[in-house]
Amino acid sequence: MELILFYIAAAVALFATVFALTRSNAAHALIYLIVSLLAVAVIFFLLGAPFAAALEILVYAGAIMVLFVFVIMMLNLGEEGQERERQRMHPAVWVVPALLSTILLVEMVVLLTKFDGPQTGALITAKQVGMSLYGPYVLAVEIASMLLLAGLVGAYHVGRRFRSNDSDEQSIAKPTPESREVNN
Amino acid sequence: MSEGMTILFALAVMGGAVGSAAVLTWFERRLLGIWQDRYGPNRLGAFGIGQVAADMLKLLTKHDWVPPFADKWVFIFAPTAIVIVMLLGFAVVPFGPDLHIIDINIGLLFFLGMTSLAVYSVLLGALSSNNKYALLGGLRSAAQMVSYEVFMGLSLIGVVMLTGSFSLQDIVEAQRDGWYFISQFLGLFVFVIAAIAESHRLPFDLPEAEHELTAGFHTEYSGMKFTLFMLGEYLGLILISCMITTLFFGGWLGPWLPPIVWFGIKTFLIICFFILLRAAIPRPRYDQLMSLGWKIMLPLTLINLVVTGAVALWMYGG
Repeated sequence: MELILFYIAAAVALFATVFALTRSNAAHALIYLIVSLLAVAVIFFLLGAPFAAALEILVYAGAIMVLFVFVIMMLNLGEEGQERERQRMHPAVWVVPALLSTILLVEMVVLLTKFDGPQTGALITAKQVGMSLYGPYVLAVEIASMLLLAGLVGAYHVGRRFRSNDSDEQSIAKPTPESREVNN
Repeated sequence: MSEGMTILFALAVMGGAVGSAAVLTWFERRLLGIWQDRYGPNRLGAFGIGQVAADMLKLLTKHDWVPPFADKWVFIFAPTAIVIVMLLGFAVVPFGPDLHIIDINIGLLFFLGMTSLAVYSVLLGALSSNNKYALLGGLRSAAQMVSYEVFMGLSLIGVVMLTGSFSLQDIVEAQRDGWYFISQFLGLFVFVIAAIAESHRLPFDLPEAEHELTAGFHTEYSGMKFTLFMLGEYLGLILISCMITTLFFGGWLGPWLPPIVWFGIKTFLIICFFILLRAAIPRPRYDQLMSLGWKIMLPLTLINLVVTGAVALWMYGG
């Protein structure tokens, strides 16, 4: 039963990712990317990591992708954007990257056949994740938090308001850079 | 519960939620009317309850129209998404000691995840409409919902800290010695405000502010699809009231009456409180909403987090 569910979720993730890459309409590509993230969350859940699954939905699908949609709405590309995207899908553009990633894919398949696949079974609860984050991996957490702080300060610097032209238009545009950094 | 019973119960919850949402459309207008010293819809049936059926009939028989300039499939998908995620959110609500569809150990995170996915409905609806008012509404709601989501989650961490679990049944059980609205008052305060902003109801309905954006993100919607947006909004209101009951007011706990009745009474009172807020508070300006969030709500949540953490450490040891 779990195996069938796993293969369904994996297939959905693969197809959604391929579609996300090949759509010329940016909004459609993003919807496929969101579906792909949700499918990955299902896979995490099946592998016995419900906490990671919840975070995948909350952080990636729920926050980061919203900002991508936000940017697409701001740019409002329309027909021209689609036309430009179609030109980018010319074989000359994607053949070499596709070849390189095929090599990586072959390597990964070889590695996976040598070792056992991902182990299912042991359920990893939120408590265990927290204990290992603030136990053995506390240094990594601290370094990540410093990186985020640097990002936050940088975003504040870019998005800050100058005192001289204190108009309403700027105050409306203000929240975006801040919210982006906090959610990362 | 056996598997068959769970499926039956899930269907009952879904039907109940959609039914309550329908009745709420009438109840809200009636209550607003009384508070504003007028009648509200009182003509059809006893107390005007027939208004629900009349509204449904009108909305569902309207021409189901997709504008020719809209992105057709995304336009159709957007209003269904909000109903699906809101109904999924009801899966983790504990209605009684053993009365839940599922009690997973990440129940609270599941609820937060579902509410955070609801934003796509608004965004995709706005984007696919190809309408400037819809686009402005969508932009506002994206910024508003992403911002308020941050401390909506953070405000609940105090509750999780005191309970030591993300499971909603555990959270209710842990409130036997005292409901969390006393010890987590700041958390409740921030969560209520963030919840209104998340479900973009008045006074925080800037994504659809009708005096400046026509109808915001659902300007181009009518008939059945508009009904789905409305249904999603009311389902969100009910779901959030259920969660406030569960997290801060002891869920199904209470003397004498059966648990589910207590749960119903508490949820009903909280829904009335939300309607009262709508009647009492005017809509803020958009930049005021944003600065309220980042400059007041976020620091308050962080203070609550630090104090709760210190008290929990002092009481329960390291």
